[in-house]
Amino acid sequence: MAGTFDNPEIIEEEVDILLIGGGMACCGAAYEVMRWVEGTDISVKLVDKAAMDRSGAVAQGLSAINTYLGDQDPADYARMVANDLMGITRDDLAYDLGRHVDDSVHLFEEWGLPIWKQPGDESKPLKDGGKPVRSGKWQIMINGESYKWIVAEAAKKALGTDKIQERVFIVKLVNDKNDPTRVSGAIGFSVREFKIYVYKFKACLLAAGGCVNLFRPRSVGEGTGRAWYPVWNAGSTYAMAAEAGAELTMMENRFVPARFKDGYGPVGAWFLLFKAQATNALGEVYMAKNKEMLNQYPPYGQAAVPASCLRNHLMMHEMKEGRGPIYMDTPTALAKLAETMTPKEIKHLEAEAWEDFLDMCIGQAGVWAGENIEPEKKPSELMPTEPYLLGSHSGCCGIWVSGPSDLGAPAEWSWGYRSMTTVKGLFTAGDGVGASGHKFSSGSHAEGRLAAKGMVKYVLDNKNWKPELEDSVSDLVAEIYKPVRNFLEHKDYTTAIDVNPNYITPKMLQFRLQKIMDEYCAGVATWYQTNAHMLKVCEDKLEMLKEDSLKMRAKDLHELLRAWENYHRIITAEAHMKHIQFREESRYPGFYYRMDFNFVDEENWKCFVNSTYDKKSKQWTCKKVPHVDLVSKPTAK
Amino acid sequence: MPTFVRTEKCDGCKGQDKTACMYICPHDLMKLDKDGSETGHAMKAFNQEPEQCWECYSCVKICPQQAIECRHYADIVPLGASVQPLRGSDSIMWTIKFRNGNMKRFKFPIRTTPEGSIEPYAGKPAVDMASLDKPGVFTMTGKLKGDRSQLICLK
Repeated sequence: MAGTFDNPEIIEEEVDILLIGGGMACCGAAYEVMRWVEGTDISVKLVDKAAMDRSGAVAQGLSAINTYLGDQDPADYARMVANDLMGITRDDLAYDLGRHVDDSVHLFEEWGLPIWKQPGDESKPLKDGGKPVRSGKWQIMINGESYKWIVAEAAKKALGTDKIQERVFIVKLVNDKNDPTRVSGAIGFSVREFKIYVYKFKACLLAAGGCVNLFRPRSVGEGTGRAWYPVWNAGSTYAMAAEAGAELTMMENRFVPARFKDGYGPVGAWFLLFKAQATNALGEVYMAKNKEMLNQYPPYGQAAVPASCLRNHLMMHEMKEGRGPIYMDTPTALAKLAETMTPKEIKHLEAEAWEDFLDMCIGQAGVWAGENIEPEKKPSELMPTEPYLLGSHSGCCGIWVSGPSDLGAPAEWSWGYRSMTTVKGLFTAGDGVGASGHKFSSGSHAEGRLAAKGMVKYVLDNKNWKPELEDSVSDLVAEIYKPVRNFLEHKDYTTAIDVNPNYITPKMLQFRLQKIMDEYCAGVATWYQTNAHMLKVCEDKLEMLKEDSLKMRAKDLHELLRAWENYHRIITAEAHMKHIQFREESRYPGFYYRMDFNFVDEENWKCFVNSTYDKKSKQWTCKKVPHVDLVSKPTAK
Repeated sequence: MPTFVRTEKCDGCKGQDKTACMYICPHDLMKLDKDGSETGHAMKAFNQEPEQCWECYSCVKICPQQAIECRHYADIVPLGASVQPLRGSDSIMWTIKFRNGNMKRFKFPIRTTPEGSIEPYAGKPAVDMASLDKPGVFTMTGKLKGDRSQLICLK
């Protein structure tokens, strides 16, 4: 019988491997896993809350692939990742990614992704030695409007349509009845039909992106949607993993990109292709002017490319000293280029700069068009954004996973299955894997492929194991459908549907979360500053918010989606706050400052911070985990 | 700059149960107003939560009637500009109209192969189950990248 809003149909299904998410990581996993399961009876299903053609962080497209090694050594890649993230990353994970990632890029090119080549190499594929156009040491330029569309086509074909379930939002993992250190199921709902899905599995890949909109964004009207990272990344990866008992790592880390103001468009083309410089309002180049500030953070400030957070640190010094706005000095850069280039060449470069926006941040083109920006005449403002949590871009928060065993890593970093978390059967990739970072799109795809192999091995090793859910299906259904019940039970109590003492709308709950995080957990309101006292207030307020999340309402399936996204944001925010509270130093100046410990403390805090969440007591436990370098690195002098 | 749907152009994808824009929106924003009770325009789509729109243009690019456009975020952007694509099978054309009337047009390639032509495993090696727990992915042949003398903890 077809379900109704107040009585949804319940669909139960058992597979061996469940892929949760449809972004780059799950597309990579799908491609790899289907080849390995040929000739076995292992069953696979992919569940995406959106449509794979345009889901995940690459939905809009990209203008570059940020990780392609080419002739470079994975050890150098691991060094760059570590320095950019202030020294605390897992070299085993970064190195492993570095030695696999190019294969994914070669596949993208074969599938039809246009990759820019050096003159003379236009028709020579990368895999045959074609030289790419680099826009940075590790980046290559692409015509990437259809990047995700292409990668999804390969994944969909590999899977076959019967193994894909789109528009189903998985909101909760279920531990095993006989072994609570294992996951054996997941539950979610369709946002299109009145159907609840309960999956049982031996292994699952949880790769549902990072977390956006947990802090109050700088734009709070329509512009709320113009987040730098995709607004649909709701922390689902971190929250579901934490509740299942998985150890998280480096959840104190965040990313605060400095981008064109309001549109959050990419700055790479202007820095790299046009050699433009960022200045304060007086035209002073703050990276040169404040260079000595970098020496306070050895060795991370002294690298050829100082850590991203420190570049923000120097920029914000100017803003706080009253010398803002900060500008990308486009007129000077263009005037300088005009001295040596023909107008035709400059026109070509200009098209490339616009493509940088149009491929991956169309909104920025809209800002420039609306403000009549002519870059040769008028500089454009830069601004550090609100904080984002992610593990695949220039950030390293995420889940603690088992790494490769052939790179000399400590024995505690590897427990048999590549990319498995500390919970048996639960794997992750992309934004989910913590303490690495700088994987970007290609690396997330490659990491999904590595996880796929780990899962196949795990399933083969557990062939006769039968998953049994710890909770009854009816209890699970009651839990995930609570926002609908709250609504149906109380909606007629008041005349205005949105104001009701018995429930809170997901939207208002999100505003409350964003206000708390912004004001107490080092958001833009305090110039990214906090201290132990503010964090205590944050902790108390989040506690009440978490209690009130049980009173969220859902007037339709769309709002049920928002309710659960916001629940995931709360758990993610709580992890972030607890980690910042635990780490008594300011590891990432420019991203956040513990004003009561406003220094980098290499002696006591050059270590990972890992945490676990007890879903019964709803309490977090943080601990230090020793850091080890697997490749040589510069040390503080 | 949330997307909006032009009343005169949207045909509700000809009365199907779901429209192309509903199918594609990564954030579940596009909705078909079947009976007109939400917008006054029956069988036409609308953006149900414009303040959550990333302006990713997925709906704009996929709409078969070119009925969807963007009015950039009203709390940020002055009125009067537009950025409109026309996405074909191998390239995309952009028309940018500035507030002051200036125009720019760009055309960029998007794909070098016909849509739907990918054969994911054609010509690819079969897997060797013995290498399942070794480094590498199935399409990689030969030696793994990396000078192992760089690994300082290897015994």
